[in-house]
Amino acid sequence: MPTQAILIAAPGAVRREVARWSVTLKVGSLMLLVIVLAGIFAPLVAPFDPYFQDYDRVLLPPSGTHLFGTDQLGRDLFSRVIYGIRIDLMVGFIITFVPMIYGVAIGALAGYYGGVLDSVLMRLLDTAIAFPFLVLIIVVIAILGPGVQSIYIAVFLVAWTMYARLARAEMLVERSKDYMLAAKTLGYPTSRIIFRHALPNIIGSSVVFSMADFVLNILLLSGLSFLGLGIQPPEPEWGAMVAEGRDFIFENWWICTLPGLAIVVTGTALSLIGDGLARRFGQRHQAIL
Amino acid sequence: MQFLAYILSRLVQMVPVLFLVVLIAFLAMELVPGDPIMLMLGGRANETMLAALHAEFGLDRPAITRFFSFIINALQGDLGTSIIQRQPVSVIVGERIEKTVFVIVYGAVLAVLVALPLAVIAAMKHDRPVDHVIRIGGMIGMSMPPFWLALLLILLFGLGLGWFPIGGYGEGFFGHLWHLFLPGLTIALFLSPILVASLRAAMLDVMGEDYIEVARSKGLSPRRIMFKHVLRNALIPAITVLSINIGWLLSGAVIVEYVFSIPGMGSLLVRSVGSRDYPVIQGLTVVFALFVMLTNLAADLSYMLVDRRVLRK
Repeated sequence: MPTQAILIAAPGAVRREVARWSVTLKVGSLMLLVIVLAGIFAPLVAPFDPYFQDYDRVLLPPSGTHLFGTDQLGRDLFSRVIYGIRIDLMVGFIITFVPMIYGVAIGALAGYYGGVLDSVLMRLLDTAIAFPFLVLIIVVIAILGPGVQSIYIAVFLVAWTMYARLARAEMLVERSKDYMLAAKTLGYPTSRIIFRHALPNIIGSSVVFSMADFVLNILLLSGLSFLGLGIQPPEPEWGAMVAEGRDFIFENWWICTLPGLAIVVTGTALSLIGDGLARRFGQRHQAIL
Repeated sequence: MQFLAYILSRLVQMVPVLFLVVLIAFLAMELVPGDPIMLMLGGRANETMLAALHAEFGLDRPAITRFFSFIINALQGDLGTSIIQRQPVSVIVGERIEKTVFVIVYGAVLAVLVALPLAVIAAMKHDRPVDHVIRIGGMIGMSMPPFWLALLLILLFGLGLGWFPIGGYGEGFFGHLWHLFLPGLTIALFLSPILVASLRAAMLDVMGEDYIEVARSKGLSPRRIMFKHVLRNALIPAITVLSINIGWLLSGAVIVEYVFSIPGMGSLLVRSVGSRDYPVIQGLTVVFALFVMLTNLAADLSYMLVDRRVLRK
């Protein structure tokens, strides 16, 4: 199991693991590392305060001082894009991996025990797949008002179902294998059998899917913010920044185009990692959605 | 006969999902913190007006009664009255369905036109440079947010070259085609990466099957094998991917309608959430969900046209 190998990492083990990575996985990981570091050290990387409005420097085109130019309030767009990493990547991470944790757990339990639990879960999954996700999100936003809490609630309600489906399918294959029977014969507690022995073997497809899911979740967050239903304007969220620049598209093209580039670069990094993981986990063809 | 039984069983399966959808739509107005009428009017109401509106929307009756009358009315096509526009919701939504469907179908057709050749090339040149270029291009394409893509297309084709209008719905069929080209292209561009990837994977799977080996050993030309045998059998997974992504496609349509100011259901939804027009939001929830369910049903039925074996499963 590669992640465990990294966790108990001797430097040599890390080097051997990285040597097995495909080019896409290496390039994607490097891109993501740079983005994450830029987000963590945003105060050092960003040349200006992302909220500071300088009315002497409004609507300046990209230049040496202002790499991405300035917006209608004189804020430095590059600094705002850098601080935006903290919002988009962070929220995207949460709405991808929190549902993954309990989704995989539910799927694994249902697959292991079968019976009533499993048939109830299958009914739920069938309902979830027929239900338009965006509509639910917008209904939740209509109830609670725009903002990131509404997105959390709606996503947490629905997004786990895909992971439960994947984990359940893998568990059905895994549960009758010899090592599982051996663990059972040894009298290990069920929790240990499921989470210690089966989990590393059933999580591969969920991990691969999570990368595509991560990309879609960043698109979802920025899309809702673009529509004015997500994170609200003074915050440097990428989609909201594009929306702010939309009124100036004719004369000042950089305000709405350059923040969008941040989404494309981040999404591409994650997609490259997903592609590399699919190869690393030995799936024949990329399992997409 | 078998066919009819299949449709019937699928329709029966839709009932619980539809019930859940109607329940969620109903809860949209029920769970609002505070008084929904007060919220909608934004504090502009006096006592008598408030009481009259409460009676009109049935808010003076218990929730359970309202839920059942909501279902019964919805079954009869009555989705309530918009509080902002003062018109039946079914009328407001009804005249917008056609526009949204036009945008989505146009986008899906363009997406297939873009994706099919790319997928065939990628599968035929499997693991060669062309394949990698298409795969990496797809990853970049999948990361492009539709609203950003739409703005880029507006800059390029609308303003730079001036070839296409950047908003509106147009007059007549060809007017629609012309006005909706940029919106359709936006949807096509953000849908086709998913389509290319799944079609390519499906074709590679089919190409490993025995009957392709047989066809090859009989000396059929690669072109004939590709189009006659591989493509046809790869269509089922592709249709599945399209129908699973119909919700995703709809969310793209919402954004595209908003950017290009097309008077469809999506732009109405965004505006209604902004103005807290709950009856319209409820109506749109039901219609959107029906749309997704019917599309999934249509996808399942179209499997049978492509592959008769589906019926036996």
